[in-house]
Amino acid sequence: MRALLATALLVMVGCQAPQGGVFDFSGVVTGELRAFPANPRFADQDDDPLSVSVAVEPEIVYEWQDGLQRVVATPFVRVDSNDDDRTHADLRELHWLYLGDSFTLLAGVGKVFWGVTESRHLVDVINQTDGVEDIDEEAKLGQPMVNLTLEGEWGALDLFYLPYFRERTFNEERLRGPFPISSNPTYESSADEGHQDWAVRWAHSLGDFDVGLSHFSGTSREPTLVPEVRASGTVLRPHYALMDQTGVDVQWTRDAWLCKLEAISRDDDQRRFFAAVAGFEYTFFQFIDGYGNLGILSELLVDDRSRRSPRTAFDHDVFVGARWSLEDAQDTAILAGAVVDLQSPETLVSIEAERRVGDSWFVELTARLFLNTDSDSVARALSEDDFISLAVSYHF
Amino acid sequence: MKLTMTPVAYAALAIAVITSPLMAQAQSDAQSKGLEIAKEAEARDLGWQGSKSKLQMVLQNRHGSKTTRELRRQSLEVTDEKLGDKSLVIFDSPRDIKGTALLSHTKVLDPDDQWLFLPALKRVKRISSANKSGPFVGSEFAFEDLLAQEVGKYEYAFLKEEKVDGQDCFVVRRIPRYKNSGYKKQIVWWDKAEYRVQKIEFYDRKDSLLKTLTYGGYKKYAEKYWRPDSMNMVNHQNGKQTLLQFQEWELGLKLTDSAFTPAKLKRAR
Repeated sequence: MRALLATALLVMVGCQAPQGGVFDFSGVVTGELRAFPANPRFADQDDDPLSVSVAVEPEIVYEWQDGLQRVVATPFVRVDSNDDDRTHADLRELHWLYLGDSFTLLAGVGKVFWGVTESRHLVDVINQTDGVEDIDEEAKLGQPMVNLTLEGEWGALDLFYLPYFRERTFNEERLRGPFPISSNPTYESSADEGHQDWAVRWAHSLGDFDVGLSHFSGTSREPTLVPEVRASGTVLRPHYALMDQTGVDVQWTRDAWLCKLEAISRDDDQRRFFAAVAGFEYTFFQFIDGYGNLGILSELLVDDRSRRSPRTAFDHDVFVGARWSLEDAQDTAILAGAVVDLQSPETLVSIEAERRVGDSWFVELTARLFLNTDSDSVARALSEDDFISLAVSYHF
Repeated sequence: MKLTMTPVAYAALAIAVITSPLMAQAQSDAQSKGLEIAKEAEARDLGWQGSKSKLQMVLQNRHGSKTTRELRRQSLEVTDEKLGDKSLVIFDSPRDIKGTALLSHTKVLDPDDQWLFLPALKRVKRISSANKSGPFVGSEFAFEDLLAQEVGKYEYAFLKEEKVDGQDCFVVRRIPRYKNSGYKKQIVWWDKAEYRVQKIEFYDRKDSLLKTLTYGGYKKYAEKYWRPDSMNMVNHQNGKQTLLQFQEWELGLKLTDSAFTPAKLKRAR
């Protein structure tokens, strides 16, 4: 299906693309070293404390008609020394885009982001999470789509037709559930991954408010992990239910304040539930001797989903964080945050520091810690998987 | 001892009584002349509609080591007196921020509306515009230095006439009226021949000289509009400087409002 779509797209483009366009080739190669100080929690997990991986993500763009039309291809490959499932390839983007004055049309594989909050992305449901990249759920797999954007005085209206589903990726070794994840998921839809999904989103900027209203109908990107006992041992088999989700995201921006809200109502194969993230970000601009900005962030997370829906660690939590950017020529920045469960001592800590070196190199140091996990917590399986990663990227 | 007023004291008093309205008069003359000059400069630049420029930003630290950023800017002229122009800045280098784009809907006195596009996440973020005095991408230019210089943003006072690089100039002091400015005042040199800004001195909130900006290589575009080839900002307090070098300028372009929306920002490249 994906290959078919890609071929159709290339043919379409091949017929249309005239001479005289502009090619642009750029990309990034990243070497990453991850260190796990503790022994793994489960006997079948790789016990190597160090894992090395290399990722390559080139971007090829061809534009013509003075940028009115373009084709974008962004393949992605990661090779990991320890985790066979983390070694993977994906087409992040492969699409044709027509940029009209009052409408934009995109056909092919694309990436979409919806929302405003930092600790959790509730309304953002178009693309599947590339779960092996990181646990922050910010890496996404390319999604086949036709996306029409209409624009007017009343804002922007996005219509999506999503003809094909992408399975979530899972680690085989570190940073996974208590059992290996089966690569053979089940679906509520009888069409399996071929269920035809659709979505719509209206977004507008009204003075200090940026507002988005969205609805998605189709196969949920979030699986329930169902334990299955097999002769070879227990596995977790992902089950993807159908869902209808209505979401709202609002940001109010005034002076140094950003106030944010994301809320959803989702009807899955269990029952309808509500979830929300609400919080703020306040920035002390030029706070030390006129240099550097310090942002303070806090968000409250609630989620009243059924225990048989896909489990979440963010059912009643509070996120606190700080972002310090030096505003220097190297774009040095540090982001530290913690998500604290309000009903147990479970705490997820994340620290990220980054800086450019020279013109083309970029260094990121990340630490993620899973503290005070208890027997009932979702992060229990990750209790021994605290890690530090050093990523060095070359951009070309 | 009887308190007497000598004739000298009388004279001094008389001068004081007479001169204070005179001084007030002179002051308001200076203000209106300053405002007229700013208005004339703006009037001569009206009607450019849309512009595109491509530029290099060379950041130099106090030891002389340099880093370069490349960016493109599109601007849309907005003639409403309360509103400023709209602009879209797209970064081409350093490569790790390639494709990052900043959309600004500027206002004259109210806070601007600004959105940032982060290409890796495909995320558009509305950002705070309160950081007017903060450095723009690590340079010696503050955000407020690069925004459209609408007349209504300042109070003016004409100071004197002076030659800069052999050109006769009006020297005008202007005081920001908008919130969150990092400056107590600016001194602007406009050349008398074409009303082009030749030099600006920026004074920090403590009223000490912070930076000097000099414009170079003015050329005429679309038969009417003068644009510089370079703008060099020297920070006297930290010894750093930033040079903007324009490689291309296009003016009089028919750009539309719809190219400057958050939805279009997602497609910027």
